Amino acid sequence: MKIRRTNLPKLLIISVLVSLFSIANSNSVLAASGSGEEGEEESKTEFIMHHIADDYQWHIITIGHTHISIPLPVIIYDYEEGLKVFMSSDFYDEHHEPIAHGGFMIDHGKIVRAGEGHGSDHHGDSHDDGHGDDHSDSADHGAEEAHADDHGDEHAADTSGFLDLSITKNVASLFLSMVILLAVFFAVAKGYKKGVGAPKGIQSFFEPIIVFIRDDIAKTNIGVDKYERFMPYLLTLFFFILFNNLLGLTPGAANLTGNIAVTVCLALLTFLITNFNGGKAYWTHIFWTPGVPLPLRPIILVVEIIGIFTKLISLTLRLFASITAGHIVVLSIIGLGFILNSIAIGVVGTLFSTVITLIEILVALIQAYVFTLFSSMYIGQAVDDGHH
Amino acid sequence: MDLLIPDTGLFIFQMVAFLLLLFVLGKFAWKPILAGLKEREETIEGALKSAEQAKEEMQALQADNEKLLAEARAERDSLLKEAVAAANKIKEDAKAETSKITAKMVEDAKASIENEKRAALADVKTQVAALSLDITEKVLRTQLGEKKAQETLVDEYVKDLNLN
Repeated sequence: MKIRRTNLPKLLIISVLVSLFSIANSNSVLAASGSGEEGEEESKTEFIMHHIADDYQWHIITIGHTHISIPLPVIIYDYEEGLKVFMSSDFYDEHHEPIAHGGFMIDHGKIVRAGEGHGSDHHGDSHDDGHGDDHSDSADHGAEEAHADDHGDEHAADTSGFLDLSITKNVASLFLSMVILLAVFFAVAKGYKKGVGAPKGIQSFFEPIIVFIRDDIAKTNIGVDKYERFMPYLLTLFFFILFNNLLGLTPGAANLTGNIAVTVCLALLTFLITNFNGGKAYWTHIFWTPGVPLPLRPIILVVEIIGIFTKLISLTLRLFASITAGHIVVLSIIGLGFILNSIAIGVVGTLFSTVITLIEILVALIQAYVFTLFSSMYIGQAVDDGHH
Repeated sequence: MDLLIPDTGLFIFQMVAFLLLLFVLGKFAWKPILAGLKEREETIEGALKSAEQAKEEMQALQADNEKLLAEARAERDSLLKEAVAAANKIKEDAKAETSKITAKMVEDAKASIENEKRAALADVKTQVAALSLDITEKVLRTQLGEKKAQETLVDEYVKDLNLN
């Protein structure tokens, strides 16, 4: 009885958060659904993809046609003209329509070099897009699409000659998660600096997880005598992925761990640590696998070398795909109500997406665990002495 | 397919941020946390071990105590036994001595009684002799006229007495 009473407020908070998330998403879908009648399904897909992709501003909420978002700094290093820093709000005029700034503009969610004609062209396009809901005839629409395609082709060459180092939504979220991670684990570490004693507060929440990573991931896979060197990496990896997975589930947050640049970076670090720590046994196993008939060894060699890189790719794609897929599923289920124009389906969809969101919390944990587990397994294989 | 192309800017930020995080957390969070965990585990293990040791020591001490007690008891018993034996011996000795003395005393007494008896007998004999002489004298004064015959007769009597 007592347990139930203490858990009730927490449950309430969780359910409020989950419903907030669902409502926030529904609002966005609602806004997106209003943008056009023809090609509606495409606009939904675009909306979902937009939600998953990175952005130069932090979109909070859209009420009617008013977008409320936090502009983020754009940093462009032009190889010829040097560093350019300005706010992403400079890419939009007072009517919230895209314009070029400093020779650059946003096209299909990416910063590109603005050509002479393109700036105005794009301006026109978006203008039509924004107010497309008042009966634009199909011929016009077709023309627009052709135009857009044209755009894409021409702009493919225009992303060269500069480096986009903007503080995008994902980068901002990355910094936010850094602050949270530092704050949380400095607080945890404080508990251990007072000398030996029973864990208290936040310390007692994270200690079992840290001990689990140490004993059941690092010690079992790397070995009792070698695991200590890799503990900081594994702990940072686990909590970075976990915190960002969970942050990605909060309403309006960025989809950092569902971004391939992030996952490839983490996988690359594991790849580098694995191969730089590879012992004699590891490389012997790759180049001249013992216990395999001689004629087969060259074939095994090829397979093993491919294997080094498949580890990197599988780590990258697993995390990216799990998190991105989760987001797509949640948004698709919410979007279903709007596509089918049915309140009933909308209600069921929202409830269902709540369930999916709860599963996503589990996925967030599992993927953090799996990434850390595989990383330690790869490291364990690399540092193994060869005597099993 | 934009999703599958890593963004250079984000990649750079991610790499820098993660390495920074790894360094800072490694130095200021993981190091004290792992060291603290290890220290605590060692402390607990040490405490358990020392408790076990204390228990063993306690048991050893108890066993020692018991052994000591048993020894003391045995010693006491043997002492008691010795004391009893000694006392018995003293008693026996005293008894023997006493009986010896008694015997000697009896002997002495017997000897002295004999002497006394002898002296008394001699005295009695002398007195009897004198008395008999007197009696004889008186008898003979009246019955024997001849003094010489009388004396011969007395001498014969005395001789007979001495032979007795």
